[in-house]
Amino acid sequence: MNGNAKVRKKVLAASSKSTIERSWLARIAAYPHIIWSLLFIVVPLMFVAYFAFTDMNGGFTLENIKNLSNYGETFVLSLFFSLIATVICIIIGYPLAYFLARQSPKRQKILVLLLMLPMWISLLIRTYSLMALLDNGGIISTFLVSLGFEKLSFIGTGGAVILGMVYDYLPYMVLPIYTTISKIDNRYLEAASDLGCNSLQTIKNVVFPLSVPGIISGITMVFVPSISTFYISQKLGGGSFDLIGDTIERQFQNKMTYHTGAAISLVMMILIIISIAIMNKFSDGDGGDIIV
Amino acid sequence: MFKMNKTKNVISGAYIFIVMLLLYAPILVLVIFSFNESGNLGNFSGFSLKWYSELFKDATAFTALKNTLILAVESSALATVIGTFAALGIYRMQNKLVKSLVTTATNVPMMNPDIVTGVSMMLFFVAVAGIFNFPNALGQGTMLIAHTTFNLPYVILSVLPRFKQMDKSLTEAALDLGCTPSKAFFKVELPFIVPGIVSGAMLGFTLSLDDFVISHFVSSPDFQTLPLYIYNQTAHNVKFSMYALCSIIIAVILLLMLAINFIGARSDAKRTFGKNIKAEKRNLAKH
Repeated sequence: MNGNAKVRKKVLAASSKSTIERSWLARIAAYPHIIWSLLFIVVPLMFVAYFAFTDMNGGFTLENIKNLSNYGETFVLSLFFSLIATVICIIIGYPLAYFLARQSPKRQKILVLLLMLPMWISLLIRTYSLMALLDNGGIISTFLVSLGFEKLSFIGTGGAVILGMVYDYLPYMVLPIYTTISKIDNRYLEAASDLGCNSLQTIKNVVFPLSVPGIISGITMVFVPSISTFYISQKLGGGSFDLIGDTIERQFQNKMTYHTGAAISLVMMILIIISIAIMNKFSDGDGGDIIV
Repeated sequence: MFKMNKTKNVISGAYIFIVMLLLYAPILVLVIFSFNESGNLGNFSGFSLKWYSELFKDATAFTALKNTLILAVESSALATVIGTFAALGIYRMQNKLVKSLVTTATNVPMMNPDIVTGVSMMLFFVAVAGIFNFPNALGQGTMLIAHTTFNLPYVILSVLPRFKQMDKSLTEAALDLGCTPSKAFFKVELPFIVPGIVSGAMLGFTLSLDDFVISHFVSSPDFQTLPLYIYNQTAHNVKFSMYALCSIIIAVILLLMLAINFIGARSDAKRTFGKNIKAEKRNLAKH
């Protein structure tokens, strides 16, 4: 291509680009979505803030926020349960993701599909299936009784709630970690072993640091739903544990307590946003293409 | 990745097997016990379809199924139309600030806990109904709005990459050959982004079928979907007809998933099918 043609092509491209970007279709295409998002995403969140700072008569008040101190224990318990569940998910999920990434490509495909299948089955159903397993008179307790143990029910214990969180959200931890590990350039690993690393040292010095963005993403994916769940604690906690989600859900069964519920939701949302922001600070990202 | 020796291979294989087994065991137990003759969770006394026949006699379950399907079709269709045009608009947007504001607002329901999304919409609907003096704030309409809202980001996320993959010179050629920009969109760009639209619509459909938490807050007792029905039925004790219902849902989802993967394997838009799209999105949204 000679210089002249190149210039002509550039000019043409520039002119057609500006025509298409100024076309009426491109200009109005996003408007229905923008209006929809404003109306049904942004405005409802403002309503949460509005309800949190008003009383029954619509007057401004800080009472709802002050009353949150009554729920300190609930916040701590939820935080405690979801942190434990998140840590267990990392401990179980990281080796799984690592081993998955080292299978043959064909096997990887099948195994990843197997890992994703439970994600498609509603969490409600999976929690319910766990409940059947752990219930008093369920298969595990029947088995233990036949071994001569005393009859016991796991439902209603903190362990059952944490188990439910781990069971429900484990795939959400494994997949992002798996994605980052499988993207690691093989040459890094070869270089590490050429330089005398054994496989454990390679994991510690190369694989792990490169998979941090996946871990961070996995933590968010497990921690956020765990701390805000209400049916896991209702079904598996047997009503003996009150987590933030349960508390919020209860406030919205009665119009009188909407304002308290809104205040708890607002605080939880802000805490989650802050913790996500802090965690993102620690991961420098893996340079995927950004959807903007 | 690099090769492993044999013992390590066995260890990793066994580990994967055990975790997968634990992941599937409760689901398997649920399906098996849905065929249990006695209403006993501890031992399997004999094969029977009686819980299934009890389920099929339950008219409420059928209404719930009908509601679920109608809602999933309506909300995914609405989200697909709005979302596809939104992807076009966002792709062509010149103003960087507006662009990032719009994407951030879109991503909010993905980052926010579902319970907060549900609660915020409920408060909004109740307040609006209060202003206009509607007696019943919640119902089919609010469910449709809520489901469309949480489907939207997934549709946009499926369609936008197709726009980015498209060769710009195709549109330029259409324009040079005399197409108006909107004609170029319908004739050239739209056919190219169809796989993204299809995967977005299917994703929305499945998410809508599945949703419980948001629906729990924006529904009314006279418009129940299957997840809400299951939740209400299992509130106090284990019901075996619910085992049957859950087993049927699991079977349908597995078939759907296999079908999607089969189609996906034949189209290059496969990546966007998985539910791990949420994981990927969270990953991307941070940067």
